[in-house]
Amino acid sequence: MHIPEGYLSPQTCGVMGAVMLPIWAVASKKVAKILDKKNIPMMAMGAAFSFIIMMFNVPIPDGTTAHAIGATLLAVTLGPWAATISVSIALIIQSLLFGDGGVLALGANCFNMAFVAPFVGYLIYLLIVKLKANKAIAAAIGAYIGINCAALAAGTELGLQPLLFHAANGTALYFPYGLNLAIPAMLFAHLTIAGIVEAVITGLVVFYLQRVGEENILYRASGNLRGVEQ
Amino acid sequence: MRKSIIGFIVLIILTPLGLLAPGSAWGEWGLDEIKEKVGFIPQGMSHFNEVIKNVLPDYGISGFDKNFLQSALGYILSAIVGIAAIALIFWLIAKLVPEKKEKTV
Repeated sequence: MHIPEGYLSPQTCGVMGAVMLPIWAVASKKVAKILDKKNIPMMAMGAAFSFIIMMFNVPIPDGTTAHAIGATLLAVTLGPWAATISVSIALIIQSLLFGDGGVLALGANCFNMAFVAPFVGYLIYLLIVKLKANKAIAAAIGAYIGINCAALAAGTELGLQPLLFHAANGTALYFPYGLNLAIPAMLFAHLTIAGIVEAVITGLVVFYLQRVGEENILYRASGNLRGVEQ
Repeated sequence: MRKSIIGFIVLIILTPLGLLAPGSAWGEWGLDEIKEKVGFIPQGMSHFNEVIKNVLPDYGISGFDKNFLQSALGYILSAIVGIAAIALIFWLIAKLVPEKKEKTV
């Protein structure tokens, strides 16, 4: 789901960057207020987990690949604002060191994977928990819907390119496939396989975190899950 | 702490499994793949193709990708470098956050 360099017009990159700046500003403020210094290692672990989980490409039936993000898992354990910061840092490292996702496209990629995915996932999780459902299952369903909303956002950003940015004769200047191809392709990969991987990982880790003892460093990461005020 | 570190080491060693999936992600093609698919390379795509040089492009060592073993080693190295970079950034953040803001839990 990492949009590469040159796929989005500079205008699109600018708009998405402008959307992300206030989100990052609010996220930093919220995290500074809610969490204290002792939680920083937890956020680092969350970012590292998200980074590494994205390296596990899974095959999609149409011959492409996709991967989980861990966005809802981070939102459920650290809170959605901390998830935004942690996943953003993972995405920044991926684009700067490994060329996974464009540097100019960081605004768009962070919007999709570090904002849409964790926040949608978290809201769905809260909703299902209110219905007295099991938290691991609630997180898994949230994760599935969250990653698919992120895929929908990425497909929309890509699919808008040929519509908005083309030469006088109609040839695309940037990403050449329209919404009619980009959205189904992005959703197919995540509805069929990547979303299920995201859901299973999230459900299993939440299940595990609910059971770790106080002596485990991850106990701190599960305070949110136990309903403990952090 | 030890358990978490062991967990991460296991994940790092397993990362090459992510290389086994055939093909590339939809909408993450290189310029040659674009040309193959669309018949031409859109002007803006080639113009912005390389904004910065990456240390480990595509999670691998340039030229050291002749076989799966080489790619796997490059991938594992990338996982280690990436996690180290993330740890460094959060270490810097921790340095910047003032100590006095201790909260009673």
